[in-house]
Amino acid sequence: MKILVPIKRVVDPYSKLRPLADGSGVDTTGVKFEINPFDEIAIEEAVRLKEKLGNVEILVVSIGKPEVEEQLRKALAMGADRALLIETEVDCDSPSIAKELAAVAAEINPELILMGKQATDDDCNQVGQMLAALTGRPQATFASKITVVADGVQVTRETDDGEEVLELHFPCLVTADLRLNEPRYVALPGIIKARSKPLERRQMATSPVLKTRILRVESPPPRAAGQKVGSVQELVAALRSRGAI
Amino acid sequence: MEKLLLISFNPSEADQSIGFAKALGIAFDVICLNGMPAEDLGAERVFDMELSPIPTADGLAQFMAGQTAGYSHIAAVSSMRSKDVMARLAGLIDAGMVTDVIAIESSKVFKRPILAGSIIAVVETLSEQTVLTFRPSGFPANERFGKSVMENLSSEIASKALRVSESVRGGARPDLSQAKVVVSGGRPLRDAETFERVIGSLADKLNGAVGATRAAVDSGIAPNELQVGQTGKIVAPDLYIAAGISGSTQHMAGIKDSKIIVAINKDADAPIFEMADYGLVADLYDAIPAIERELESGR
Ligand SMILES: Cc1cc2nc3c(=O)[nH]c(=O)nc-3n(C[C@H](O)[C@H](O)[C@H](O)COP(=O)(O)OP(=O)(O)OC[C@H]3O[C@@H](n4cnc5c(N)ncnc54)[C@H](O)[C@@H]3O)c2cc1C
Ligand SMILES: Nc1ncnc2c1ncn2[C@@H]1O[C@H](COP(=O)(O)O)[C@@H](O)[C@H]1O
Repeated sequence: MKILVPIKRVVDPYSKLRPLADGSGVDTTGVKFEINPFDEIAIEEAVRLKEKLGNVEILVVSIGKPEVEEQLRKALAMGADRALLIETEVDCDSPSIAKELAAVAAEINPELILMGKQATDDDCNQVGQMLAALTGRPQATFASKITVVADGVQVTRETDDGEEVLELHFPCLVTADLRLNEPRYVALPGIIKARSKPLERRQMATSPVLKTRILRVESPPPRAAGQKVGSVQELVAALRSRGAI
Repeated sequence: MEKLLLISFNPSEADQSIGFAKALGIAFDVICLNGMPAEDLGAERVFDMELSPIPTADGLAQFMAGQTAGYSHIAAVSSMRSKDVMARLAGLIDAGMVTDVIAIESSKVFKRPILAGSIIAVVETLSEQTVLTFRPSGFPANERFGKSVMENLSSEIASKALRVSESVRGGARPDLSQAKVVVSGGRPLRDAETFERVIGSLADKLNGAVGATRAAVDSGIAPNELQVGQTGKIVAPDLYIAAGISGSTQHMAGIKDSKIIVAINKDADAPIFEMADYGLVADLYDAIPAIERELESGR
């Protein structure tokens, strides 16, 4: 079985970020970059399926600047078999990313595409569903459990008011939510050892036609400074006087 | 000509969508997937359907794709199920998409939070058709509008993804995303029983909903649908009470639009105090019962 895992390089989710002074973008000076946390969960799940089933080949792919190599190497160290870096300087929107990923999927025909539900930088939550549409695959988003069955997967997915179980036949697409697993830690020696694994570079096969673009970025309106209250009585009195309770 | 198609999963979502439609300022129709919406939404046409259960995303998106001709905008209230199907729809009809719209500058320029709400992006759409999800709290509407032409719509929808089972938890409490009062608990709540006894009890006294942090959900203290934050539910109540919650960027992303935020935390330096309107430095196990007593005594 082949599993394709698209991953994105994003700013460290725990970093504090501000707009650049001219609003043209986000100031990322001195900020660390990581694998998008949901994509790391997707890689981990693919590796666990490989460990369990044996006959699995995992290809990780990322579209972005050459620096993305760092995240692809880490994915290889976690247990992926090979990596594809699709280099571009264009700031692609979700439809262009999905189209390029669809071209990759057409080439390698993976039974399963496993990816993050959302990139924590743009918070779009779009690419997986778009890719599923373009490749005609059934989808299960927000997965919290994946079991491989005869010719497909059974996926428990989180919903607005609980959870549900879907059954999908291969080829299909699943996006990972937080509770699917806890990704393993890979230490530096593991990353160095994984350098012998194949990483292929190429240019985009599709030409991006943007359907959205960011005009500028702003800081959110600040909340007015609050106050500490000295006691429960004071708190309840304050809430009463504001009509909140 | 520009025209909006609003997709609502139920009549209550149709009600919540009117402010958005008015802010966008173009004529609109509504498809309500399950149930009969009000007549006075100010839409031109309202199509009611009886899709129960709601089909899985692939069939549903395919059906919707057949309804979008003639619409420049196709929009739905932000939720997990709308994100699931609307992004697939955008893929099918080759549209651009803007998720979680919080403000409108023009019919082609929208504001949305990125990076866990620490930045607001102003996004321009460049395609003929645009798919949007929006947060209703940004678009309040209390008025009623003109009568719409009501039509029934039915369709056989076949999906490739098969729903094997479903567990809807819910219960008697108000819906978290729409509640006027939300009481949330974090990691120190120990276990599900304690969480329910402490957080649930205060929520019930205030007729409120219950929320939780990721830390609480991950450790099995609270069920997943109660997670509030960047990757959970977005709430905008009049009163948000956070007990034993540190105030991570990811959690705050889900509560920023609350009118009043109260923080109860035993660490005076917890980041949540920077954003709380009222901060109480206390052990939640003492403070919450004391609040309940104070509420009783003041009646
Ligand atoms: C990709 C990603 C997505 C995420 N999405 C979300 C999300 O949607 N929602 C979310 O909430 N988090 C999310 N997180 C997690 C987030 O970063 C924090 O880890 C989480 O919010 C912390 O939860 P907490 O405040 O309950 O726990 P902690 O950070 O451990 O805080 C517990 C607090 O309780 C206080 N405390 C302890 N005992 C008591 C007591 N007896 N009385 C009073 N106070 C006490 C402590 O002082 C502390 O401040 C996400 C993280 C990532 C990486
Ligand atoms: N540039 C990219 N390269 C590869 N995969 C991507 C890229 N951008 C997004 N993805 C994938 O799409 C998922 C959803 O991203 P988004 O729709 O941007 O929130 C991510 O979790 C990744 O799996």
